[in-house]
Amino acid sequence: MKNLLALIMGDPLADRAVPPTGISARLTVFVAAAMAFLAVFALALSLTAGRLASGWADDLAQSATLRLPADLDQTNEALRAAVNVLQTTTGVASARVLEADEQRALLAPWFGPDIPVESLPVPQLIEILPDEDGYDAEGLRARLQAEVPGAVLDDHGAWREPLLAAAQRLRLVGWSVLALIGAVMAAMITLAAHASLAANAQVIRVLRLVGARDAYIARAFVRRFTLRAGLGAILGAVLALVALQGLPQADVAGGTGVHFGFVGLDWIWPLAIPPLSGIVAFAATRAAAFRRLKEQT
Amino acid sequence: MRPSLNPAVLLGNTAAAGKGKIVIELDNVSYGYGGTTLFSGLSLKLAPGSFHFLTGPSGAGKTTLLRLCYADLRAKTGKVRLFGQDAATLTRDEVAMARRRIGVVHQDCQFLDHLSIAENIALPLTVADRIADAQNNLAELLSWVSLGPQAGQRPPELSGGERQRAALARAVIMSPDVVIADEPTGNVDWDMSQRLLALLIELNRMGKTILIATHDLAMIRSMKADVNARVLRLKGGQLIQAGAEL
Repeated sequence: MKNLLALIMGDPLADRAVPPTGISARLTVFVAAAMAFLAVFALALSLTAGRLASGWADDLAQSATLRLPADLDQTNEALRAAVNVLQTTTGVASARVLEADEQRALLAPWFGPDIPVESLPVPQLIEILPDEDGYDAEGLRARLQAEVPGAVLDDHGAWREPLLAAAQRLRLVGWSVLALIGAVMAAMITLAAHASLAANAQVIRVLRLVGARDAYIARAFVRRFTLRAGLGAILGAVLALVALQGLPQADVAGGTGVHFGFVGLDWIWPLAIPPLSGIVAFAATRAAAFRRLKEQT
Repeated sequence: MRPSLNPAVLLGNTAAAGKGKIVIELDNVSYGYGGTTLFSGLSLKLAPGSFHFLTGPSGAGKTTLLRLCYADLRAKTGKVRLFGQDAATLTRDEVAMARRRIGVVHQDCQFLDHLSIAENIALPLTVADRIADAQNNLAELLSWVSLGPQAGQRPPELSGGERQRAALARAVIMSPDVVIADEPTGNVDWDMSQRLLALLIELNRMGKTILIATHDLAMIRSMKADVNARVLRLKGGQLIQAGAEL
């Protein structure tokens, strides 16, 4: 903590020993700002996609559908039998037969709003909501097979598994993008630090002739680049958050109500970007400075 | 009248290099640039409190020899010992610590032009993190080299003589055991060169070891009565220890 404070506060006299280098200073701030901007958007995309996929998977996990084929003889009796089976199954909280209007709404995207559902061989659907403990799907399928032959229980497993896998991959992609952004930023700051060190070769020589140790010389450069990167990252992160607020939020996920951006504890991540940028700049500049000073012996 | 320097101004023990231990030693040293050998088999011992002039024609290797003495160059063969330690085995940090005990007046002064003269003179203290308790000493040192009014000026704004005096002030601000000066009077008139040499003699009387490279034999002769100096002549790759006679 003491070293961190010393790094932030600095020593005005020591700082003045190395002259300011205009172009590398501005480039460092710009690069840090741009990377922070991209990092905030990568985070927002990753977290939002993760929440969206998780939300879908959760929604699908919380319901199942029983489908009675349209050509099933004596549909009403089959319907009653199916409802009876469901109502007597442990773990099923409710079983609701979908009305004709609901079925019409489901088919509307393909056949239009005026489809005569009643006159078409459309399967009858029953929505099943499990209780907290859930039901035994395989046991229920066996009972339905015996009492309502032809009925199909769809617990959305075929959809849920790929969605969960997609969510995990999206998170991984998000982290990979962030790691890439960090690596690019480290590379750019290393280049800028090298340029600054090269431009100040004579200053370094004089400092060495009067007894400056490598740590002293490196400190002046490290502090400068760390603060510039931190400042740039703050600017970039703030701009990105403003831009995020300017994006249309309503219905962005197709009516699922998922908010694009940061929610709750997610806010830790964009707030962590400036200090993380500072840490990246610190490490990159320190490594570059000591390497350069070793070469310049 | 020029003020004399209060020894207490110089931080540390002005007789630190004493007790008879050789401060800088070159033992059978050779050095060259590219494929050319500048000198070889060169040996030299600087005893504490001694005063040496190093003379020789231009290109003889005077500056190179001085650079070996403050570990700015590494000998191709032979050993350079700084305060008893083999310079070739010193880490970069150890070289830095050794340089704090060796004040150098460079021929071209080696200032940082973006700093004021006062900041340049105080630079050795700044890099040693000792600047906070040295402000009063800095003021007295500026007065000693008669640069008080110029303290806030940048190096390019000063005359050659003023720059040389500032370089001398910077060289001694850490109270080094040894002061090495490379042609300190090369760019100044006769009066100013006498003033600079008088400052160096004053330091020698405080116990500092002095090594001055110069090609100005007239200047050396003028100081003969004031200091017990040895004259070393570097010529044709050989160091001739001519003694006090000129």
